[in-house]
Amino acid sequence: MKTTMTHGVNLGALSRRNGADNTGIAEKCLQVDDLNLYYGDKLALKSISLEIPKRRVTAFIGPSGCGKSTLLRCFNRMNDLIDSVRIDGDILLDGRSIFDPSLNVADLRRKVGMVFQKPNPFPKSIYENVAYGLRIQGVNNRRVVDEIVEKSLKAAALWEEVKDRLHDSAMGLSGGQQQRLVIARAIAIEPDVILLDEPASALDPISTLKIEELIYELKSNYTIVIVTHNMQQAARVSDFTAFMYMGDLIEVGPTDRIFTTPKKKQTEDYITGRYG
Amino acid sequence: MASLFDKEDIQHHISKQFDQELVDIHSRILAMGGLVEEQVAAGVKSLIDADAELAERVVADDVKINSLEVSIDEECTQILARRQPTARDLRLVMAVIKTITDLERIGDEAKRIAFHAMDLSKQFPKRNQFSDLEHLASHVSDMLSDALDAFARMDVEQALRVVQDDKVANKEYESILRQQITYMMEDPRSIHVCLDIMWSARSLERIGDRACNICEYVIYYVMGKDIRHISLEEAQREIKGG
Repeated sequence: MKTTMTHGVNLGALSRRNGADNTGIAEKCLQVDDLNLYYGDKLALKSISLEIPKRRVTAFIGPSGCGKSTLLRCFNRMNDLIDSVRIDGDILLDGRSIFDPSLNVADLRRKVGMVFQKPNPFPKSIYENVAYGLRIQGVNNRRVVDEIVEKSLKAAALWEEVKDRLHDSAMGLSGGQQQRLVIARAIAIEPDVILLDEPASALDPISTLKIEELIYELKSNYTIVIVTHNMQQAARVSDFTAFMYMGDLIEVGPTDRIFTTPKKKQTEDYITGRYG
Repeated sequence: MASLFDKEDIQHHISKQFDQELVDIHSRILAMGGLVEEQVAAGVKSLIDADAELAERVVADDVKINSLEVSIDEECTQILARRQPTARDLRLVMAVIKTITDLERIGDEAKRIAFHAMDLSKQFPKRNQFSDLEHLASHVSDMLSDALDAFARMDVEQALRVVQDDKVANKEYESILRQQITYMMEDPRSIHVCLDIMWSARSLERIGDRACNICEYVIYYVMGKDIRHISLEEAQREIKGG
């Protein structure tokens, strides 16, 4: 396996900043190696190489249709569900190819959880939503499930708001609460990576801030990859930012650098709100 | 090396209003710079010509600079709050905020020189006591005007030249100090005059320092590099590093 120096950029090297805690040298969690993705004949991701550091927040930004969500969906092979998609290149999770035929896709998706733009709780109780993944894994011991549900809801900063109505329908929660519930559901099965696809774009500003605060809390235990249209959000929550444009990865680097002194003009034009 | 600045560089936002706001602070800071230059020139002239009337006008006009500082500052705050600028837009706003502080202080130094001019106009300094001061004044005025020029065109090369020039200003300042000390030892009755001249020289030297600060912000804007508090050689290396 070759070492990826993404666009001449090595995230480990980039992250060496004086005394800063959140972008310090990190092991890589995911490694994308010369990835091309086609929707039918159309090349949607063009030779993407990049490393996602462990227990850091990496944000993908870029205009609609730039491929950021498509790339995100590669990480847990959600694109497998689309017939016309063809992929070459490789993605390694902790050094192992996620396209390895001997790998069980369900296992991959257990390790790489995903949260979407629109909260999608199951039409069940709050408790059962969080317990769902455990039930599928065959965990039925009441005490164990209780404990994990509580822990997950606490980790998702939702526990205090729902602890007295765990058996009420999840559909009665507000949008922001539903989104945190979905995150709790993802956390319950203890993934390594959490993929967030526009997790706050359907939420009001206060709920958005709660989700952002939650992301900050979660990164001490999980590797987080977030796709967002909201650049200020990427600036606030992420340690690393990758800018994509028309299927190309244009620039990736520590968020503080990208938002003050980007190297590529395209990045600069995008984040300063100019037409390129 | 980045190409020279023109208004185009801060435009082309999807929001035309934002373009206008940035162009506006950039041109207002140049207007403020022009005013400060005039104040320094008038302050120095009032000193050398012992023109108390002119000195009084310099003192009175300082409020214009102060009010420009306040209003540009306010405009920058608005831009930060409303636009959340990033990258070079952010660097421009930061550079402007810092530059107006230095310009305002240069205005204060001009006012100080004018105060000394009022004081000196009542004394009878020897004409030749001013010759070195005049020289320092003209050097520092050039530095200020070059610094503002560098800011107007966001010219890194010129900014670096101004920073280099400061060494000369410092040397001239030291030589004025030595000269005035000699005068004071020769004739204690001249102490009053000599002190006014020394303080004026000190103000001029500070104006040179602040012109350098402005140049540092120019380099920060263009290259995103902070060259404050490092030696000139290090700064040059840093800039060449690209």
